[in-house]
Amino acid sequence: MFEYAPAPESRDVVDIKPSYGLFIDGEFADGTGTPFKTVNPATEEVLAEVATASQADVDRAVRAARKAFGAWSALPGSERAKYLFRIARIIQERSRELAVLETLDNGKPIRESRDVDLPLVAAHFFYYAGWADKLGYAGYGPAPRPLGVAGQVIPWNFPLLMLAWKIAPALACGNTVVLKPAETTPLTALLFAEICRQAELPPGVVNIVTGAGETGAAVVNHPDVNKVAFTGSTEVGRIIARSVAGSAKKVTLELGGKAANIIFEDAAIDQAVEGIVNGIFFNQGHVCCAGSRLLVQESIAGDLMESLKRRLSMLRLGDPMDKNTDIGAINSAEQLARVRELSDIGEAEGAERWSPACALPERGFWFPPTIFSGVAQSHRIARDEVFGPVLAVLTFRTPAEAVEKANNTAYGLSAGVWTEKGSRILWTADRLRAGVVWANTFNKFDPASPFGGFKESGYGREGGRHGLEAYLDV
Amino acid sequence: MSKTERDAAGAPAAKARKARTGKAQAAKEPVVEIPAEETPVAGGPVAAALVAESPLAQGPGVPAVREEADGPQGGRLAVRKTYKLYIGGAFPRSESGRSYVVTSSTGGFLANASKASRKDARDAVSAARKAFAGWSGATPYNRGQILYRIAEMLESRRAQFAAELAEAGTGRAGEAVDAAIDRLVWYAGWSDKIAAVAGSANPVAGPYFNISAPEPTGVVAVVAPDDPLLGLVSVVAPVIVTGNTCVVIASERAPLPSITLAEVLATSDLPGGVVNILTGSVKEVAPWLAAHMDVNAIDLTGVADEDVAVACEQAAAENLKRVLRPSAPDWSADPGTRRMTAFLETKTVWHPTGV
Repeated sequence: MFEYAPAPESRDVVDIKPSYGLFIDGEFADGTGTPFKTVNPATEEVLAEVATASQADVDRAVRAARKAFGAWSALPGSERAKYLFRIARIIQERSRELAVLETLDNGKPIRESRDVDLPLVAAHFFYYAGWADKLGYAGYGPAPRPLGVAGQVIPWNFPLLMLAWKIAPALACGNTVVLKPAETTPLTALLFAEICRQAELPPGVVNIVTGAGETGAAVVNHPDVNKVAFTGSTEVGRIIARSVAGSAKKVTLELGGKAANIIFEDAAIDQAVEGIVNGIFFNQGHVCCAGSRLLVQESIAGDLMESLKRRLSMLRLGDPMDKNTDIGAINSAEQLARVRELSDIGEAEGAERWSPACALPERGFWFPPTIFSGVAQSHRIARDEVFGPVLAVLTFRTPAEAVEKANNTAYGLSAGVWTEKGSRILWTADRLRAGVVWANTFNKFDPASPFGGFKESGYGREGGRHGLEAYLDV
Repeated sequence: MSKTERDAAGAPAAKARKARTGKAQAAKEPVVEIPAEETPVAGGPVAAALVAESPLAQGPGVPAVREEADGPQGGRLAVRKTYKLYIGGAFPRSESGRSYVVTSSTGGFLANASKASRKDARDAVSAARKAFAGWSGATPYNRGQILYRIAEMLESRRAQFAAELAEAGTGRAGEAVDAAIDRLVWYAGWSDKIAAVAGSANPVAGPYFNISAPEPTGVVAVVAPDDPLLGLVSVVAPVIVTGNTCVVIASERAPLPSITLAEVLATSDLPGGVVNILTGSVKEVAPWLAAHMDVNAIDLTGVADEDVAVACEQAAAENLKRVLRPSAPDWSADPGTRRMTAFLETKTVWHPTGV
């Protein structure tokens, strides 16, 4: 293995304040709940104190959004577009600052926040900006109407990217929003609030309320919210689906996954190995569409596992601010406990556990890349979403068996298929019950490409023309 | 009679029946309604009221009041049809052995319809699941032809449906049949076009081929509206034309045309299990379907009781079913694509480009 000199990104490019308030009606304001602290998961250092929005604060945010809705939805689409283009541009201008802040608050490697998250965030605003004055051509009627106030709750794995996925289409369609970022990663959303001010976005069009689950529930259950958009666990998705029953709220849910990544015997092995690594170890496996179940054709299982293990031994785990780091910190102590628990269950149920020799930093939340082989379909690690750098390996003999096993899950968010035979790709992709199928690639995202699940991975699509439907009264 | 009126009327009637059957059961008099095994509210006051209104409830020997062209006086006694369920392409009775009396709009006896139970609902879901791979895997052209064939079969029975609808109280029954036939033809044509309208080629910023296409959601539970033919066809056709299979609870008040429609489906090359039709109590059966873990979506269009609708939507959350909330559309209006897209998933496939 090569030795690398440390190549740390500078944290001086971002100015973190000691405390942050809520962003309501274009102003920062104190919350009336008990403030909480957000920490750097790589060091456990407290980054800032953040306000908690109480029910009353959420109410104020929804009122501000409602008040802003009339003028915002009445603006010509071309004017709304210009605000979104402005935001996209400011994100590009401030991308280094945002990337550093994202890595500090989330624990993901700076290489990923800089090269994946931030470019996609800007692209998302740029993409939906262009739709704002073309909604009549989107296939939802000649003059589709917005829904009103959108209540949006997002997760901690891609804090700013998930914000972009939620806010960009909502605003393009003429809605106003109240967004709650995740409790462990609120900082980039609050910097985004500052960007809204720089862009001179009318007050109340975007409101950001920070807090934990209770704040999220207040947003989702608020009677004056017309639309609920949630990305997060299937468990919480169920609660939301139940709570909106009987209301007129439109709902989209982007929930968990347990994606199968199928490697046929004729696959290009080196490329497949890269795809497997990218599929499950990208963003520490904190990815709802992660390729967490590897299905390998039996005839190549031995060779493939050898290549995969060799490749894993070269991954660099450690300081997320180091530009050479591949695997950063687990986002929170709570998540680390869950990854550990499920991994221990995997071992207890009889699967064989393997990790490369890999020193973990002393402070912070860390988990080594881990592979389980000899996994049965009934094992918890083959059924439950671990949401960490843990890969369950199963084998198959025939294409039909691969599809059967791939679909043997309550989830249906994504899947991968690796083969050099075109007809087999299409045959397999046809039969996989998943919303995104990556063939000879994995974990690719683009604002023009619809994303979302089948079955218990939720409903609705984000991205592309399809992503507009969630924010239009159709 | 509105539902509340019926309920109000039903309560004393049910009490009266209880009082009578106290003796009757001792004398082993046959009782029309076998108590449901699932829940004490099964059937509820509505069914009780219907039973109480039925001629049979007044004891044996009371002639049915259905007007028949060839009555005994006409020289020939008509051979009546037994209205059963439609599950997996077959016509079974309810496994519960229960039935309920269906009356005409003027209150006359029409038939004893099967009163589906939880077990029937589960059997229907199994049949729908079994049929899903074949039906969703059929070519859109093939599905379109079969839907068109259903329209043909319906056309050939136009008079029969018009008569049944008239009995059920549908005004302008002939026009309703025509509209139902035309709707089937309309949806038949969508089979190989919806993907072009609902799908897309996505111009991603990288060397990738990227395409999105709609795919059927799976097994869809449908509570049909109280518009026994046009309403029924208008909710079933958009579900199946895209490759879903379904379990339908027919109009509770007027279930007979739905079973006659099942005869049309059974002779249209529609594979068994693609459409399964249950008759009986919406309040009793819909919650079982809403809670069934092998049902992927539920269309609550025909649920009139708000509490039942909310309970169904809540139960549907358990496995994140797609839910179409209750509504009362104008069935004669252009339906648009909404009823199809509500039960479609978008699948996006990526592949690198290069040499």
